Amino acid sequence: MPVARHLIAAVSFLAALAVGSVLARAQAPGAFVPYPQRPVTDPAAVERGKLLFSVNCAFCHGADARGGDGGPSLMRSNVVLDDKNGELMSPVVVNGRTDRGMPSFSFTPQQVGDVAAFLHSLPVNPRTAEAINIVVGDARAGQGLFSAKCASCHSPTGDLKGVGAKYADPKILQQTWLVPGTGGSRGAAPPRPAPPIGAVVTLADGRKVEGTLDRIDDFSVSLNLADGRHQSFRTNGPAPPTVELRDPLRVHKELLRTYSDADIHNITAYLVTLK
Amino acid sequence: MTRAQNLLVLAAMVAGSVVAGAQRLDPPTLMKPLGDVWPTYSGDYTGRRYSSLTQVNQTTVKNLTLSWAHRLANGPVSPSVIVGGEGSGDIVAAGATSVKGAVLMVDGVLFPTTPDNTWALDAQDGHELWHYYWKTRGGTHIGNRGVGMWINNLFFVTPDDYLVSLDARTGKERWHKVFTSFEQQYFSTMAPVVIGNHVIVGSGNDLDSQGFLRSYEPESGGAEWTWNATPQNPGDPGLETWKSLDASRHGGGHPWVPGSYDPETHLYIFGTGNPTPAYTSQTRGEGDNLYTCSIVAVNVDTGKMAWYYQTSPHDTHDWDSAQTPVLVDGDFNGRPRKMVLTASRNGYYFTLDRLTGEHLVTSKFSDTTNWAKGLNDKGQPVRDPSKDFDIGGALVSGANQGATNWPPPAYSPDTGLFYFPASDTYAMYYLNTLDPRGGVGLGGKDERNLGTVSSYLMAIDYKTGKVAWRHNYRTVGDGRGQGLLATAGRLVFGGDPSGNFVAYDATSGNALWHAAIGQVTNAPETYMVNGKQQVLVAAGDTLYSFALY
Repeated sequence: MPVARHLIAAVSFLAALAVGSVLARAQAPGAFVPYPQRPVTDPAAVERGKLLFSVNCAFCHGADARGGDGGPSLMRSNVVLDDKNGELMSPVVVNGRTDRGMPSFSFTPQQVGDVAAFLHSLPVNPRTAEAINIVVGDARAGQGLFSAKCASCHSPTGDLKGVGAKYADPKILQQTWLVPGTGGSRGAAPPRPAPPIGAVVTLADGRKVEGTLDRIDDFSVSLNLADGRHQSFRTNGPAPPTVELRDPLRVHKELLRTYSDADIHNITAYLVTLK
Repeated sequence: MTRAQNLLVLAAMVAGSVVAGAQRLDPPTLMKPLGDVWPTYSGDYTGRRYSSLTQVNQTTVKNLTLSWAHRLANGPVSPSVIVGGEGSGDIVAAGATSVKGAVLMVDGVLFPTTPDNTWALDAQDGHELWHYYWKTRGGTHIGNRGVGMWINNLFFVTPDDYLVSLDARTGKERWHKVFTSFEQQYFSTMAPVVIGNHVIVGSGNDLDSQGFLRSYEPESGGAEWTWNATPQNPGDPGLETWKSLDASRHGGGHPWVPGSYDPETHLYIFGTGNPTPAYTSQTRGEGDNLYTCSIVAVNVDTGKMAWYYQTSPHDTHDWDSAQTPVLVDGDFNGRPRKMVLTASRNGYYFTLDRLTGEHLVTSKFSDTTNWAKGLNDKGQPVRDPSKDFDIGGALVSGANQGATNWPPPAYSPDTGLFYFPASDTYAMYYLNTLDPRGGVGLGGKDERNLGTVSSYLMAIDYKTGKVAWRHNYRTVGDGRGQGLLATAGRLVFGGDPSGNFVAYDATSGNALWHAAIGQVTNAPETYMVNGKQQVLVAAGDTLYSFALY
């Protein structure tokens, strides 16, 4: 980790400390209270430790301590995670683990403490996503699939004209053509809302009420009507009305059962060409 | 149990009986068929969640009415709250207020929990008797599955990994012990299961860590034995299913949901969680990664494994098999058999012999499930590696939440049917690291949901694994059914995906009664209070108790 990032981490940690107690009480942080990142109390020790680590340890354990040529990941090591200031790491470093191929290192207690400070400054559970281009398919094959599966409702020169330019991220384009209204990463809102579901309620006396579906369960249905009114009907009583739903995404959802992964990749490769 | 311990228990029982009306749970009560009280996570040890009560039945259920509702106030909300814990008091998990576990009912007193909170309520009207609050050190506050009870003592775990014991009569803390390492980012959720003089607790963690089950002595809190879900030492059986000892030592398999218990064989039977790293599995090798994603039987006195059956060899989707297994005695192929039933998050249902672990039935209960090529000769699904993930995305059913999950299933001996909530879902799984070492914990992939096709209350015939019927919930969105309760009134109770608490006909799945109380968050329970059968369920931070009037 470059020095600049260390400083940013340290500064943001201090900032978090300053406001943390206020925020924790004032806000509803949800169920996922973060595990505390270790405070960097001595940035110089972290730098010394990083240098020691890079010279002595990185060859086996990896420059990021997540495992390398023969050495295990230290970022999931119980010794490292439970260690505070090198006290648990010291016996392992100084005595080695010769049965597992780890030599001993004649580090001073301060040097082990410096390596510990460096390791404790690294995030334990990194979830960094690399920028990987997901367009791996064959556009020509995708064009053929589009004609077979999609063209009865959609057109590359009509509703999908320029669709490849509309979505900067091909992953969002792919998710959206598979099932519009999905594609947000876990917990996030989808980049584009799903189109409303049409509903027709036919009452026992033959009257029909049409609108868009607000909610439905096993006992009632609620519609938003064109004139702005909202109307609910009980569906489990005597002489219940019939309810017909018109989900514009029905075909999209049914098609999920038919695609191979290559089909999906090929259709996406074709759609991104529609600039 | 030694003779001296027997005497101790007997002495404690005699002493306790002097305190009239005090809440106490003597171990023999846990051996009785489920009825008047709800003394352990699943009601009784079988995991069937089948109550013998019949006051509320198919005929009377139409008159079921709210007797009381009580909203639980989480946190140190008043001076009367008993406060414990090792944290600074600055962290209040204000979003973690839902009841997602069992509410024990013993001697007219209810014991609900949320992460960091345990209460005692009067079962007659829900009013609070005491409230204990734990100042946390932080960590994942995803849920708490309830307390365990032994004589006058309660046991629960905290998200920051302590096992805490309270006096059930006062809420005063007796002791707390470090259950496991907070620094290693464990988080603890399981309702302790009390069996004789053992308190059984399982671990939870989303990092690459060691899953384990541990037994504690209830009086002192001393640790008795630990069963590791993955091999921890050279020469341990199962190590050959891992790439290395380091991989196995960090291989997960956390048994985070309470299991069941067979008193005849002294076997505690439970499910283990997914292997780790969960998705990018190259550092785990090509093997099965024992004993993750398995049904396991451990002798409760020794902690030694009697048998295992792996329901997801080499899982790559974080689909743990931790669901509470259900113990059933019944006919199988014309002869009586002692069995264990489970529907797994991976979309497959299993019937096993619970004396030996012998495989009897496998069936695919989710139509859309597409991650396996088929079954091998042991009845295990065979993973299709192309459905792990792909740079361009792999279309997989189910999504991460799986075809079913921790919400408890139920079984009725009246119908011979095994009930559980299920859903057919899809997601795209994208590889999001090109690092040859893969990701850490749940990392390495980007999962993007494609939504729910259908969600069901499922009823399976354990003899064949075939779906007897499935109630297709009418709903929009990605909601799913909640945990279930079966009763001798030929009813199955459970929350639907649309905010209703519903009583279904156990033979057909038709809805007979419902109350719109909002999204149900735990499995319903039933017991008797002053001659009335109460049906209790939680929706978020509020408990609702229903009865006939």
